[in-house]
Amino acid sequence: MIATTSLGRKLTLLLAGVAALLSVLSWSMVTGLARQAAERTQDNVLSASVTTIAETLRTEQGEVRLELPYSAFSMLGAISQDRVFYKVVAGSRLLTGYADLQVPSGYGPDQGPGRVRFATGSYLGEDIRMASLTRFVQAGNSPVPVTVTVAQTRYGIGAITSDLSRHAAGLSIAFFLVAAGLTSLVARASLRPLKTITADVARRGPADLSPLHHKAPAELAPLLDALNRLMVRLGQSIRRSEDFIAEAAHRVRTPLATVRVQAEILLRATTGDAERQRLRQMIRAVDESSRSAGQLLDHATVVYRAEALARDPVDLGEVARQCAHALEPTAAMRDIALRIETQRAIVRGDPILIDNALRNILDNAIKYSPDDTTVTVRVLKDVETVRVSVTDQGPGLGNGAVEHLTERFRRGCNVEGIVGSGLGLTIAEAAIQAHGGRLELGKGPEGQGACVSLILSA
Amino acid sequence: MRLAYLIGLIVTVWTGTASSLDVEEYKRLEGTGERVLRILSTGDLALFSPFLASFHARNPQISIEYSVVSSGELHRAIRDGANVDVAISSAMDLQFQLVNDGLAKSYRSAQTASLPDWARWRDQIFAFTAEPAVVVISAERFQGLPIPETRQEVISVLRDNPDRFKGAIGTYDVRDSGLGYLFATQEARSTDAYWRLSEVLGRLAPRLYCCSGQMIEDVANGQLALAYNVLGSYAAEQAANETSGRVQILRMQDFSNVILRTAIIPATAQNIAAAGAFVDGLIAAGQGNRPGSWALPLLDHTPETTSPGFGPIRLGPALMIYLDPLNKRAFLEEWENAMVQRQTP
Ligand SMILES: Nc1ncnc2c1ncn2[C@@H]1O[C@H](COP(=O)(O)OP(=O)(O)OP(=O)(O)O)[C@@H](O)[C@H]1O
Ligand SMILES: [Mg+2]
Repeated sequence: MIATTSLGRKLTLLLAGVAALLSVLSWSMVTGLARQAAERTQDNVLSASVTTIAETLRTEQGEVRLELPYSAFSMLGAISQDRVFYKVVAGSRLLTGYADLQVPSGYGPDQGPGRVRFATGSYLGEDIRMASLTRFVQAGNSPVPVTVTVAQTRYGIGAITSDLSRHAAGLSIAFFLVAAGLTSLVARASLRPLKTITADVARRGPADLSPLHHKAPAELAPLLDALNRLMVRLGQSIRRSEDFIAEAAHRVRTPLATVRVQAEILLRATTGDAERQRLRQMIRAVDESSRSAGQLLDHATVVYRAEALARDPVDLGEVARQCAHALEPTAAMRDIALRIETQRAIVRGDPILIDNALRNILDNAIKYSPDDTTVTVRVLKDVETVRVSVTDQGPGLGNGAVEHLTERFRRGCNVEGIVGSGLGLTIAEAAIQAHGGRLELGKGPEGQGACVSLILSA
Repeated sequence: MRLAYLIGLIVTVWTGTASSLDVEEYKRLEGTGERVLRILSTGDLALFSPFLASFHARNPQISIEYSVVSSGELHRAIRDGANVDVAISSAMDLQFQLVNDGLAKSYRSAQTASLPDWARWRDQIFAFTAEPAVVVISAERFQGLPIPETRQEVISVLRDNPDRFKGAIGTYDVRDSGLGYLFATQEARSTDAYWRLSEVLGRLAPRLYCCSGQMIEDVANGQLALAYNVLGSYAAEQAANETSGRVQILRMQDFSNVILRTAIIPATAQNIAAAGAFVDGLIAAGQGNRPGSWALPLLDHTPETTSPGFGPIRLGPALMIYLDPLNKRAFLEEWENAMVQRQTP
């Protein structure tokens, strides 16, 4: 599988990118708004100032008179440390103020006398904002337009704006950091169902094909569905092949039984040594085939039942006793004594599988033991585990490695003349592992014989 | 009139722009280096000498030229682009106007940053003293009379004893003195007692002065019974010299102006580094960090330096209101009506 970039990282980066964009946007908006607000404040104060001055306009003996009220300038000084310039012009004559202050003349479309108008310009090399107000004053016999202009530099606006902009930048950065932090949380949270499903699938045993029951988000539901459908199909195909094996074993065994009966009858009727020998070999081959078919059937059964394992309470002592009882006749035929030391030991599981496992082990012990020996079945219990061990006085499992004996169709080197398929321990192990237990292959006491144990957790 | 009280030399200094200056006092401290720090100030040498000496001791390489001029003269000189490195004046309004009109340089240092907000404006004008306007009286000539504590009481005592005070009252000639004009306009703005008091003064044939120093001297030698609106720093200095207690300083309890003596570095300054160092020195001294060499009041804001409920006159564009020619003409007209015309019937 090729892993392209991580979905989580992609999501995080994408969301963080969006957060960064929003941060920058909000910062520039706040800065813009701050500038606007500061400009409006300045305009308001300038307007108030110019109005205050214009209100003092009057005529005395045909002369235009005014005085600059203290408040007109003190209000300008109250909000910022900006330089102040002013000019009062009557008609074309300068009444007072800074003569070279350039005031744009004329009114805009929505301006007229009596309305404060604003302009930006520069004076003494500084950017300034101007507010002008024109009033007509009766001087002599004609009205004279008197324009009062108050101007202020714009340091204050710059200072306020940059101050607020700095604050906004700090906030935006904080916002971005929080958003980025949340983003990775969000990414992780939204990918969590995926992780849960992955973990769930990964945790499953090889034979567990039961459907996944998860509350999946809408986006993951199809994936889950597909997964479940796949498992159903897989399960079906496995079951079909098991059914097929079982069917095949059955179909092989039935004619083989017929062949064996016929061969036995023939053996009894035949007297020639060579023919008898050949017939015996034939019977033996039939036995082997039949055994193989039987074991294959059992194996298929074990695999099938293990797939959806029953969890019923099972008394191992009882199972051991019944199993020994079933094999008693076989043992008796060879004068092998079966010693049973059992006790009540309840585990949860499938009694058929446990019985199957134990039967194969006991079958081995009897099969590989010489005549006139004893096979002992013990059920031992401790705090966490229950152990069923089968000890014999036979040749043992050999001195080499023993693990491979549980492989399929694997037989030992001590099987000369003994019928078997090499599936017995495979079946036992599969059955016991399905229960979460394990199989222990070892030597009997004093290094004599074999001791095979089933270990299950209590 | 000015010649009558001039104590220092009258030197005419030719500045870089070839405009002439009426210099009342002049002092040069020779330094080891090439550089010359040119200071134009309204502060008398008597007040500034100790500080100049200590600054010179700290910066021996700098030569110092200290010229004392009137506030109007100083204002004109800076406007004309005189070759000046530091301009010091008690006329806040004129100083402020120079700054407003772009004639000052910005200067920033740890010292300027230590100033409170109200003591500087745009890093171009720096206040280093807070000096109250006071009333100085001759104890001798007030014998038997209650000592007035408010303007109302001054008005009463003057009105009740016209004979005793006729021709024995001194105050600034606001037409002539920048500081006097600042005091008068600020007082007229702040208390309605000003014009009433002016009426009363006008009837008593007041003597008009250009400067605090001469007024206090005349109180000390008994020519004046009362000098109205005198800069407290001069009065304090004079009182300190006058051990006999003939001069008494009164703070008006209803209201009294506190002016900030300020320094600027003119835009045309050439020796900026030295000017900055000098301004730093002034600020340090004004905050009490140069004990021994400081004869002026400190900048601090304690009750002694501020009148009840009022801080120092605020540095800001409002100071320029009374400098407007129209406003000035109107104010002077009113002032002359109250003060002068009655004086010469
Ligand atoms: N009790 C035992 N004593 C000696 N050898 C044993 C014993 N049990 C198992 N073995 C050895 O382990 C091999 C594998 O056992 P397993 O039961 O899987 O196969 P099998 O007995 O040969 O055939 P099957 O049981 O399928 O008929 C045996 O062939 C035998 O060599
Ligand atoms: Mg076997």
